[in-house]
Amino acid sequence: MNVVTLVLQAGLRDLSRNRWIVAYTLCFLGIAEGLFWFGGTGPQVLLSLLNLVLLVLPLVALVFGTIHVYASREFVELLLAQPVPRRALFTGLYLGLALPLAGAFVLGAGIPFAVHAREGASAAGVAALLAAGIGLSLAFAAIATWIALRTDDRLKGVGLALGVWLAATVGYDGLVLGAAAAFGDYPLERPLLALMLANPVDVARVLVLTQLDVSALMGYTGALFEHTFGTALGTTIAALALVLWWAVPLGLAERRFGARDF
Amino acid sequence: MITFDNIGKRFGQLDALQDVSLAVRPGAVTALVGPNGSGKTTLIKIGLGLTRADHGTLHVGGHPADAAGAYRRAIGYMPQAAHFPANLRVGDVLDLVERLRPGEATDDELARAFDMDGIRDKFVGTLSGGTRQKVNAVIAFLFRPALLILDEPTAGLDPLSANVLKEKIRAVRRAERSILVTSHIMAELESLADDVAFLCDGRLRFSGAVGDLLSRTGERSLEDAIATLMRTERERAA
Repeated sequence: MNVVTLVLQAGLRDLSRNRWIVAYTLCFLGIAEGLFWFGGTGPQVLLSLLNLVLLVLPLVALVFGTIHVYASREFVELLLAQPVPRRALFTGLYLGLALPLAGAFVLGAGIPFAVHAREGASAAGVAALLAAGIGLSLAFAAIATWIALRTDDRLKGVGLALGVWLAATVGYDGLVLGAAAAFGDYPLERPLLALMLANPVDVARVLVLTQLDVSALMGYTGALFEHTFGTALGTTIAALALVLWWAVPLGLAERRFGARDF
Repeated sequence: MITFDNIGKRFGQLDALQDVSLAVRPGAVTALVGPNGSGKTTLIKIGLGLTRADHGTLHVGGHPADAAGAYRRAIGYMPQAAHFPANLRVGDVLDLVERLRPGEATDDELARAFDMDGIRDKFVGTLSGGTRQKVNAVIAFLFRPALLILDEPTAGLDPLSANVLKEKIRAVRRAERSILVTSHIMAELESLADDVAFLCDGRLRFSGAVGDLLSRTGERSLEDAIATLMRTERERAA
């Protein structure tokens, strides 16, 4: 078995027994099941869960991911002291963090939709929600890894992770609203589309909403995005943007891991 | 066995190591000593490829250390503190390290002495600090590398386990393998070491046989000799 697989296996074993990951899974499971229980139809549950996913998933991936990378530092040193290449070790360590996070979300959010398959949620909508959740988990775990590898001070690192989360959720919405209000007389389409693609949370939101018939919930950037690109091209662009939001921080983190002193 | 040649390393404004040249002889135990912050751990980490030197070269077993890290096949490492993922079992950790070094001859003598079979199914997070340190030691001695690098190996061990470990170190030396060891317990080093390397403020101030150091300083114990060297360095700095 190769280095990546061995380190990934260890990561999966460790985090699948981690109480926070278990609680995270149960949290999504409980909330989704609760929404069905209280009479929500499939589409309603999907939309409610989407809002939770967009808020909670980046927060958990960033904060848990950053703390996990810091906590693993001494173990990483021990593994680096073995005759293994850094790149393979990094890949195993990253996947050992990101896959349990994504898997916890898929289990927690996916099982209720499978159980309540006859309650009207479209398969494309559920698939888009799960894909967006996986994409966000992978992207924010990569950002968390990069932050922890760049910043030696744990407190600063966790603070930075929280700052990224605030910027991507609360700060971004404020910026869009502020820009729309302040520059309402100017053509804002292009800058706002660029702004949307610059935020993985909004990209994930639009990715899911383009699969649902809920134009009213698109928001300003979402409506603009669909109007400009249409559903098919819009989905492709949003998916590509999310892939970029995963690949770029991951590449930066990998580069940092390869070059840094432990 | 391992040769550091003209190694230099800066961290920001701090010269952590300045032109350090040190050779660890095959079949010898070399004690790396010095005050806190003198550069011991940095030198060890450079030897392992965890930290990169700004200049200088590293040879292991006569060959230049490669960037890919294959040379670490010749090294077993015991870090100062044992930190393993809390939710892994002891057996998971040992299996992982063993499988990362496929094809290497293993040595389970220390694992038996520390009764690893009895704790294989325990989660690392439930172990005491001393027991985690035993796992740490077992990992370092799990193979038969030509060189062992031990950073404060007996820290946290009970006297019996410390004795077992020291006996193992002597056995490794008898097998003509090399050991580079750091410790703040000079009496312990005196009972183990053939050679001593003294680092202070990132510079290698002495390197040679323990007996030579004792003669040079006129002291009767390694502890007194190192204290004399440190005093001299302090006076020189003042």
